[in-house]
Amino acid sequence: MNHPTELKYSKSHEWVKFLEDGTALIGLTDYAQDALGDLVFVNLPETGDEVTAGEAFADVESVKAVSDVFSPVSGTVAEINEELLDAPERMNEDPYGAWLIRVENITDKEELLDAEAYIQFYESEADA
Amino acid sequence: MKLIFERGKEGQHCTLLPDCDVPVAELEAPKREQPLHLPHVSENELSRHYTELAGQVHGVNNGFYPLGSCTMKYNPKVNEKAASLPGFTDIHPLQPEHTVQGCLEVLKKSEELLCEITGMDAMTMQPAAGAHGEFTGLLLIKSYHDSRKDTKRRKIIVPDSAHGTNPASAAMMGYEVVSIPSGADGCVDLDALREAVGEDTAGLMLTNPNTVGLFDKNILAITTIVHDAGGLAYYDGANLNAVMGIARPGDMGFDVVHLNLHKTFSTPHGGGGPGSGPVGCKAFLKDFLPGGAHCIGRVKAFYGNFLVVVRALTYLLTLGKEGIPEASRNAVLNANYMMHKLRDIYPMAYDETCMHEFVMTLEKMKHEIDVSAMDIAKALLDYGIHPPTMYFPLIVHEALMVEPTETESRETLDEVIQVFREIYAKAKENPQAMHEAPAGTYVRRPDEVRAARKPVLRYHFSEVQ
Repeated sequence: MNHPTELKYSKSHEWVKFLEDGTALIGLTDYAQDALGDLVFVNLPETGDEVTAGEAFADVESVKAVSDVFSPVSGTVAEINEELLDAPERMNEDPYGAWLIRVENITDKEELLDAEAYIQFYESEADA
Repeated sequence: MKLIFERGKEGQHCTLLPDCDVPVAELEAPKREQPLHLPHVSENELSRHYTELAGQVHGVNNGFYPLGSCTMKYNPKVNEKAASLPGFTDIHPLQPEHTVQGCLEVLKKSEELLCEITGMDAMTMQPAAGAHGEFTGLLLIKSYHDSRKDTKRRKIIVPDSAHGTNPASAAMMGYEVVSIPSGADGCVDLDALREAVGEDTAGLMLTNPNTVGLFDKNILAITTIVHDAGGLAYYDGANLNAVMGIARPGDMGFDVVHLNLHKTFSTPHGGGGPGSGPVGCKAFLKDFLPGGAHCIGRVKAFYGNFLVVVRALTYLLTLGKEGIPEASRNAVLNANYMMHKLRDIYPMAYDETCMHEFVMTLEKMKHEIDVSAMDIAKALLDYGIHPPTMYFPLIVHEALMVEPTETESRETLDEVIQVFREIYAKAKENPQAMHEAPAGTYVRRPDEVRAARKPVLRYHFSEVQ
């Protein structure tokens, strides 16, 4: 499984990429897409919506279940990845290319893990 | 197989109507631009068509059907006998009440017995099924708060192990759904509940035993926390089969209850039912029931699915006061028997004494040999066994939820245990082959992903003709 070192990770299995302009991209991790299975639908917020760290901002549907996607940061939705609406399978094929939203005016963030700590976290979770 | 429209040919038909003995008249209404698409088949062809369809389904009359949280118990034939009596079938809901006293007695008697079992004071038989009952029950809760001008109560609390219908019903009522996490023991986390309740709490929806097959031992504390905050407690009756005649939702502190007669009380279930989801409540909510002084209104025409109630009453009277709790005890015994015979190879999500169902987690198997809960479920089909509930509850990964019910014999359980063990051995020996199961069914592995992403929702006649 692939977890790039330049990204930050949440315990609810989202990745964050902090960009140089102060905004951040958010997506689902490789572990998350693998656990969810084939994704068939995504419900995204609208540009301008507020997101809050630790609260759901989107939901994804696989053939197994519908799951909430939690925001690792608080801020405003600057952009959504409209491509995913018609091609949710992109989240399975390329989890780190298929960002869900870009957030600006970031005011707060959750406790985030680096790649190594994230891998340790989900492996210990699986054993529990 | 062919669809009915693809069978037969123009000119073939069933001669069921007598010859026309009145002059044919043209209607003045606008004519159809195209003739109706009706099948052209003889009665023989029609009969074969339905027989072929029947051969493709799996019901509880075909074999073991351990669909967790669905209570697919056997439906005794005596229920059907009672429900086919002409006094129950040859009636009309608008005929004078003094001519249908027996039918009204059936409804009253059922209400009394089901109130006794649930610890409720009054009940409506109108709702057509479980989710309809949930909606009706939430209407009672909302009417209660509204009647006290307590309109700030906008939130319904639901544990994350709940049936999906709970948050869906609450959302349909316009309530905001607050999901609370379960504790490590699979039960309600009391601290999370205390934190979630407040003056905006309309109520809590709970299934007990819950969806991981455990009886929440803190149930009295749970309903007290909700009541102290001014909310009401709603009991989802999906799992009543574990406790009927033994523990009553009313005594646990619940104010509103829905039952699934088509689960717990042995009426036909699946494939369109029809179901029946009576809603019971404590005396202080009675006036809000359909027909009451401050009623929420009708939720279904007339008296609900009356003949389903006849079947349920037949079941209640057949089993009686001793048989009802015995059925629950045997349901719990059967589940524990199966769990204990499988736990050495199939890890249990909560490895302790269960109620009427248990949940396996195949996460390790998926991780180690890439055989998933789905693969095991598909393999069961080749043995003529309906798969357990899969990938539910959501808090258990690679879940298979097994509910054998009390109507299976020990011999059947032993056979099924053997099948589960055989499948496990096959999976270990040749994991790759598991992805190909089932081999012997009419439909093998439907492409679920394509069906979800590119659903074909309409039949196109033009492609046939």
